[in-house]
Amino acid sequence: MSDKVLMKGAEALAEGAIQAGCRYYFGYPITPQNETPEYMSRRLPEVGGRFVQAESEVASINMVYGAACAGVRVMTSSSSPGISLMQEGISYISGSNVPCVVMNAMRGGPGLGNIAPAQADYFQAVKGGGNGDYKRIVFAPSSIQEGVDLFVDAFELADKYRMVVMVIVDGLIGQMMEPVEFKTRIDVSTLKTPEWATVGRHGRDHANIITSLTLDAAGLEQWNLKLQAKYAQVELTESRIEEYQMDDADYAIIAYGTMARIAKTTIRIARAKGIKLGLLRPITVWPFPAKQIQTYVGKLKGTLTVELAYRQLFEDVQLALCGKIPLGWYGRGGGVVPGPQEILAAFEEQFGKGR
Amino acid sequence: MERVSIDEERCKSCGLCISICPVKILIISDRLNARGFRPAQCTDQDKCTSCGSCALICPDIAIELHREVKV
Amino acid sequence: MAEQMKVIYERPRSWANKVTHYCPGCTHGVAHRLVAELVDEMGLVDKTIGVWPVGCAVLGYDYFNFDSVEAAHGRAPAMATGIKVTNPDNFVFTYQGDGDLASIGMAEIVHAAARGWPITVIFINNGNYGMTGGQMAPTTLLGQKTTTSPLGRTPQANGFPIRVAEMLAQLDGPAYIARVSLDSPVNIRKAKSAMRKAFNAQVRGIGFSLVECLSTCPTNWKLTPVESMERVRKEVMPYFPLGEFKVVEGVL
Repeated sequence: MSDKVLMKGAEALAEGAIQAGCRYYFGYPITPQNETPEYMSRRLPEVGGRFVQAESEVASINMVYGAACAGVRVMTSSSSPGISLMQEGISYISGSNVPCVVMNAMRGGPGLGNIAPAQADYFQAVKGGGNGDYKRIVFAPSSIQEGVDLFVDAFELADKYRMVVMVIVDGLIGQMMEPVEFKTRIDVSTLKTPEWATVGRHGRDHANIITSLTLDAAGLEQWNLKLQAKYAQVELTESRIEEYQMDDADYAIIAYGTMARIAKTTIRIARAKGIKLGLLRPITVWPFPAKQIQTYVGKLKGTLTVELAYRQLFEDVQLALCGKIPLGWYGRGGGVVPGPQEILAAFEEQFGKGR
Repeated sequence: MERVSIDEERCKSCGLCISICPVKILIISDRLNARGFRPAQCTDQDKCTSCGSCALICPDIAIELHREVKV
Repeated sequence: MAEQMKVIYERPRSWANKVTHYCPGCTHGVAHRLVAELVDEMGLVDKTIGVWPVGCAVLGYDYFNFDSVEAAHGRAPAMATGIKVTNPDNFVFTYQGDGDLASIGMAEIVHAAARGWPITVIFINNGNYGMTGGQMAPTTLLGQKTTTSPLGRTPQANGFPIRVAEMLAQLDGPAYIARVSLDSPVNIRKAKSAMRKAFNAQVRGIGFSLVECLSTCPTNWKLTPVESMERVRKEVMPYFPLGEFKVVEGVL
């Protein structure tokens, strides 16, 4: 008998977080991810956790900050405008070296935009968003199962590196239903309270202080160098990519998340027409799998970056390939999702018939 | 032992203790401490009633109080 | 029979015994000392987490021997909520100034009070933004000159000061709300007794508590420390009356 259950994306991802050991969730309603906090509000009390509906996304992320200081597995989720409001908190959490997980169900922007699927928060997720030099690990699952699996890695890596891990999805992944299996269940009783946590001294011979403030410039530079060393280690070891039908490929689509799912259908159609097209799908968009993509220099005649945004992912592809492979781009914005044929047409327009 | 002990290195010369001392035994000294403040000093330990007002109002936790007791 | 010296007053043990960065005569030091004394007297040093603000008390965590975190501007009550929820048996307090609590952090303080969960807030009302150089605060009095109300605060240009204690006391969540003053030994004694009730409201699990402390800012008020205390009595107290505005059953 299979252990698979049919679940809605936003709920499955919430359960995935709980299976990964998340026991504290703070959030504020925003479409298209409301099923996540709703699920958490029902489910967390059943497993001895706490759900708190905050008064704003600003409050949510600062509650997350507080819980993170206590060394527990904690998360929040939101959608684009709400994630914008959290940027200050994410910067403080990063500057304080404490772990948490943040999920963004990206929607059309800028501003209030709409609630349709988009990938226009890419820069915000991978380049910063808040003030100061900091990085987050950013996972970009393209299926519900992958998202559930990545939540385990998200919490493990957040704890390992003491940093913010983001999971970026969109309304499509949140609203679709797929069979999903929860393969890993973290026993929270095995998770130790870290020695740096502010949980009261309880006999400890010193007070723990968690702050992102260092008034002395030389001291703050040293702190930044420590953060940079950590980010360099993460870049070296944590980038991930899926290489799909790349063995014989002449061309590759580069896409992530929802867009990569659709691109797989494009590739099937293209191959039926004799075009040797493959897919390079970043699973982490930070660290960006540049090295893996660079291995195709000299092997590919061209790449087509496809995204639900305007040349954001494309910029990282440009940086990775530096013109060593001809670069094409196709994207739609505002929540419009191109179909497989539309992507193939864009490919043929930019690369001919792929011969 | 002094009844009023003022840690001169902590004192910032704000004068609040002097303003509330009911027996008027505190003054600003003419010495400078390491931070460049002229600390408060007690002119007559014997007159101190140990009322605690100076320690209560001192924002720098610079004052400690003791008193003789018969045992 | 011999004579021995008995300790009438000595530094609290939870005080880290450092010289503070506060200006001479600033009552932050008095409020800090009362916190340290109560943490000692109530045996809380091992279970206390202080949540510090952005403002003059931003370095407050340096001065105590218990665990502390430094919040983003105005967000201390949210951060304290996250800390308390994960370890409900711990003692969690925020220490916030009037810009932090009553301006940028108004949403967080109101909702923390409305939730009523047992955290304690020490609120320093000195009528201006001290750390940034004396700008107008939500608590700046009408007519008071600051660097951003150079001709004096007017209702037309700047609106009215906010009475935080009275406002929060209207909510059902809080267990204890009081306003005290740090201007004199007698009022400092009363302040400590109010803070003890506020601490107790949390320790006994009764609910949210806040003590607003009328404080001075001699540097930015451009008064001596002694004149500043007089100003609190003459100008500030008439607008911000002292007293207990909410005391639910069981708070003592």
